[in-house]
Amino acid sequence: MSTTVDIPRFVRAKQVEALPPPNLARGPIAWVRENLFSGPFNTLLTLVVFYLLYVSVPPLVKFLFIDAVWSGTDRAACRADMGGSETGACWAFIREKLGYFTYGSYTVSERWRVDIFFALLAIGVGWLLWLKAPRRDLGAVYFFWLFPILSYILLTGGNSDFSGRFWIGFLIFGVLLIALFAFVAAILKTSLRPALIIAGGIVAVIGITLALMDIDFGLRHVPTSLWGGILVTLLVATVGIVFSLPFGILLALGRRSKLPIVRMASVIFIEFVRGVPLITVLIMANTMLPLFLPGDMTVDRLLRPLIGTALFASAYMAEVVRGGLQAMPKGQYEGAMSLGLNYPQMMILIILPQALRIVIPGIVNTFIGLFKDTSLVAIVGIFDVVKTIEASRIDPNWAAPTIGLTGYAFAALFYFIFCFGMSRYSLGVERRLAAGQKR
Amino acid sequence: MELLGEYTSMKKALISIAFGLTASLLATGASAQATLNSVKQKGFLTCGSNTGLAGFGLPDAQGNWTGLDVDLCRAIAAAIFDDPSKVRYIPLAAKDRFTALQSGEVDVLSRNSTMTMSRDTQLGLDFPAINYFDGQGFMVRKKLGVSSAKELNGASICTQQGTTTELNLADYFRANNMKYEVVAFATSDETFKAYDAGRCDAFTTDASGLYAERLRASAPDDHIVLPEIISKEPLGPAVRHGDNQWGDIVRWAHNAMLNAEELGVTKANVDQMKGSDNPEIKRLLGTEGKFGEAVGLTNDWAYRIIKHVGNYAEVFEKNVGEGSKLKIKRGQNALWTKGGLQYGMPIR
Repeated sequence: MSTTVDIPRFVRAKQVEALPPPNLARGPIAWVRENLFSGPFNTLLTLVVFYLLYVSVPPLVKFLFIDAVWSGTDRAACRADMGGSETGACWAFIREKLGYFTYGSYTVSERWRVDIFFALLAIGVGWLLWLKAPRRDLGAVYFFWLFPILSYILLTGGNSDFSGRFWIGFLIFGVLLIALFAFVAAILKTSLRPALIIAGGIVAVIGITLALMDIDFGLRHVPTSLWGGILVTLLVATVGIVFSLPFGILLALGRRSKLPIVRMASVIFIEFVRGVPLITVLIMANTMLPLFLPGDMTVDRLLRPLIGTALFASAYMAEVVRGGLQAMPKGQYEGAMSLGLNYPQMMILIILPQALRIVIPGIVNTFIGLFKDTSLVAIVGIFDVVKTIEASRIDPNWAAPTIGLTGYAFAALFYFIFCFGMSRYSLGVERRLAAGQKR
Repeated sequence: MELLGEYTSMKKALISIAFGLTASLLATGASAQATLNSVKQKGFLTCGSNTGLAGFGLPDAQGNWTGLDVDLCRAIAAAIFDDPSKVRYIPLAAKDRFTALQSGEVDVLSRNSTMTMSRDTQLGLDFPAINYFDGQGFMVRKKLGVSSAKELNGASICTQQGTTTELNLADYFRANNMKYEVVAFATSDETFKAYDAGRCDAFTTDASGLYAERLRASAPDDHIVLPEIISKEPLGPAVRHGDNQWGDIVRWAHNAMLNAEELGVTKANVDQMKGSDNPEIKRLLGTEGKFGEAVGLTNDWAYRIIKHVGNYAEVFEKNVGEGSKLKIKRGQNALWTKGGLQYGMPIR
């Protein structure tokens, strides 16, 4: 006799639905416990931070938004003794002066040109920085060649009025350059055609650039002494940033070069520039330089600090890049050489991409520092955004106690937007380039 | 106090060395061509202006420079070009202003600079006119309970470096045998900010500046200007020494505005006045005589100034007087006929 025993099957075909974790281990309470109060020390820190936020944020919000004065035509709106309110920021002042903060003294009827410049700058930056943008190679041509020419024409009015002698000089230069390339090609016994094409291309690019600068587009000339505000700040920062990276890389490579003259020149430049404060360079450029130059020779007052800040940033950039180069293991160099790459190929294809990735935080640090250092041009009488704010807060039409604070709050907002933007973008780049090292 | 004294004397020595150097540099470059010609050639006047002093030199909301000193530059440009807008302003801090003038970066410095003997002689400058008679005063908080500068013994005083203000301060306290502590800043703006924030007991600058700064105080009524005026501050435009024609132009631009006020010629009635029979007005407006050509200008030079900029009274009232927020009284700057010091030299 066999009996069949009905044995229940122990293997489940379906997963039992998991029980929810206990209330203390999930939800907001658990998050708070884990992240804010996970021990006596952390609890203390959390409480201190909360207290600081409580002390600082509500008054700030109250000052900047709740009590703020948003409209008005003069100081009466922002003075208690004249019927206004002076417990909050006086944004009416910023509204009234925004044109001055943006363009400085730039001729009012020509300000549309500055607007186009801002738009072109935004297009260029967007094209280069947005990774999915189409034809980024064209973007580079635009940003590094077309955009500077267009900006020059738009902002100054173009029409440089080169003399006939200048053009003859340029023609001779062009012929000499082509001849030099042909000569080198002949010596190296390579074919003549590519050398001629390269030389012709270089001469053509320079020629077109000069010709565009020379053409009279009928735009009114606006001298640089009228430029100011955000225009000058962005201009100095952009020129500094765009020039400092390539120059910095060249200087860093120069400093590690085996050729003594190149090395010494790079070391002397870097150490000399880093050895003096930026203010010294600016004052030297704008106060002392005219004393040394002959009477009728002047360099544009805006160009001088522009060059000064660009060179200054390059020296710092060189040391940042050198840090990256030092960090590369020797095997990378040897590997590149064993593949038969020559020096430029080795640097461009193997070393620099890795070295630069390592130092992205340092590079961006230098950029942000440079961006904020542009406010120093104010001490040589150039009205950058901070200086325009300072000049406006003296205006008796707007003499009120909160004007200064409001002006500086605006400046802080301006700098924060740009610096925070740079910082976030660089984090994105870092994350993208570090794909090979993620665990 | 000892240390402070040593420090200031060392600083004075350094300053005199620097001035000596610049003066000698200037001497080597004295063969500068006539400023008027270079201005005409450039097509504009470069004018050293203040980096920001209400009423005297300050950009407005459109970025146009306005003020009493600025109007003098506009007057010179009007006399030369018949267009007061042909001026480029180069804002200069107090410590840079004379270097910029000496190096030829600016044609005229119209930036409330005090005429002193050392500036006139050692620095190689000329002060062709005085467009504002000022004097140094003190501002203190009411609650300090001080009613005279003589009671400021032991006070800390905010002032601007590199100005005569700093030196006058030292003289005044030494002469009255009082102690003080100087807190110096680079710009007038910073100086006042420091005072308003309570960094020092008193604030000193030229009296015109005191009224302008008081407007900006967090509570203007809490501050008083003490009655003592401790210095003479004849403020005026400066030009390089050695180009007399250019100095003449600046001098007579100012005098033309004074004479216009005295003769009742204003911006509004200048065209009408051209038909006047008064010989003084005829000479002023160039309908008689060749006074403009004598300084390398056209004969209607003064007409242009008055037409475009106005006479001295109009300029004064618009920028610092009743027409402005500053509401400074004419006082010493009234015409000599009204008990002031402004005396238009005769054009004849």
